[in-house]
Amino acid sequence: MDINAYIESGILELYVAGQLSEKENQEIYELLQAHPRLLQEVLEIEAAVVKLTAAVSPHSIDFDSFKGKLTSTDNSEKKVVVMKPKKPNWISYTGWAASILLAGGLLWTLNNNKELELEIQTAEIENAYLEQQIEDARTDLASTKDLLNTLRDKDILAVPLGGQGKFANSYAKVYWNKEDNTIYLDGQGLPDAPEGKVWQVWSLKLNPLTPTSLGTIDDFNTDDNKIFAIANANESEAFGITLEPEGGSESPTMEQLYTLGVVPTAP
Amino acid sequence: MTDLDALISKFKNMDEVAFEKLYYMYHASIHGVILNIAKNNKVADDLTQDVFIKAWNNAETYDAKKGRFFTWILNIARNTAIDKIRSKSFKQSRANLDAKNFEHIITSHESLDSETDAIGIKDIIKKLTPKRLKIIELLYFKGFTQKEASDHLKIPIGTVKTRSRDSIRELRGMML
Repeated sequence: MDINAYIESGILELYVAGQLSEKENQEIYELLQAHPRLLQEVLEIEAAVVKLTAAVSPHSIDFDSFKGKLTSTDNSEKKVVVMKPKKPNWISYTGWAASILLAGGLLWTLNNNKELELEIQTAEIENAYLEQQIEDARTDLASTKDLLNTLRDKDILAVPLGGQGKFANSYAKVYWNKEDNTIYLDGQGLPDAPEGKVWQVWSLKLNPLTPTSLGTIDDFNTDDNKIFAIANANESEAFGITLEPEGGSESPTMEQLYTLGVVPTAP
Repeated sequence: MTDLDALISKFKNMDEVAFEKLYYMYHASIHGVILNIAKNNKVADDLTQDVFIKAWNNAETYDAKKGRFFTWILNIARNTAIDKIRSKSFKQSRANLDAKNFEHIITSHESLDSETDAIGIKDIIKKLTPKRLKIIELLYFKGFTQKEASDHLKIPIGTVKTRSRDSIRELRGMML
């Protein structure tokens, strides 16, 4: 055992003060027999306390001044009191039994009460969490409704972008609101952009083929619904999406053209 | 077995000479502790005698496995003093008392006997911080449990332990 740590813990000071349980006292007694250093420490603590407490006493009292009282209690005058067997006192027994029951009941109630309070606390915390979740769900719902309303608008033009070449599995959709010059790109069918790359959206004129960058989607990987509103004031005839190095490119890298879709001509 | 152990063992066998030696080792401490609780010299004198008479009459019940002899008699002293100050007769005479604690009692002594003078106890007491004086008062003079001291001082129970350790260590350092 670590004697130093044991001494430093302060348990020996409490031992001398008489503030430990009977079990702890017994343990320390055994340790003191085995470790002279611990015993020495206890003796020193005790000596300090004895000196300090003694300093409070203003005068000494002579042992002889009460020696007389001592012998009288000890020797001949020690009276023998004959104990008569007591008759059982049923009223007192019942009284005791009742008070013990009552005390037990009180303790039980007290304990129950504590537990209930704890449960209420837990429930309150859970409630707070649930309220937060409902709040979040409501916000989500509201934004989803907004989105739906936007996409259902009669002026919206839907442009499906199909997968190109080796990226045939990819797809995307553009919803174009010519009124407010905005496209909503739904990138659900695109994989996350790999490290160091970004998705870049292009507006295209077909004759001759002229790409105009609509910008990169920097937050693609972290976005939840993968729907992005992008400003587009061009007379677009088609939309394409390419994977470009971070920061985007001047013109689309055709080998990295994932999806492409032509804007349907108005009937 | 130390000399003290031998003395205590004789005391348990009702050896009056051994008891007298133990009395002179500890009676001032017991008197001091009682005075700090009862705050009355006359009462403290009487109670100190009561404590040693109780100790004598219960000598065979002392068990070294359960704690130090000093701790045992200290406990008897506190209980005796606390019983007294709770008693009706004592409450009626309370008007005579002041609320000074042990540090005030020590520092206001006009004269200290040569042994305590030698260690300069007044100066030592003045050097201890109020926090340390307080924990010593609660644990050693008043017999507060760790829990009671922690509630009373509004500090964690672990702090009671370390603070009493620090306080006694400082005291020991200065008494050397």
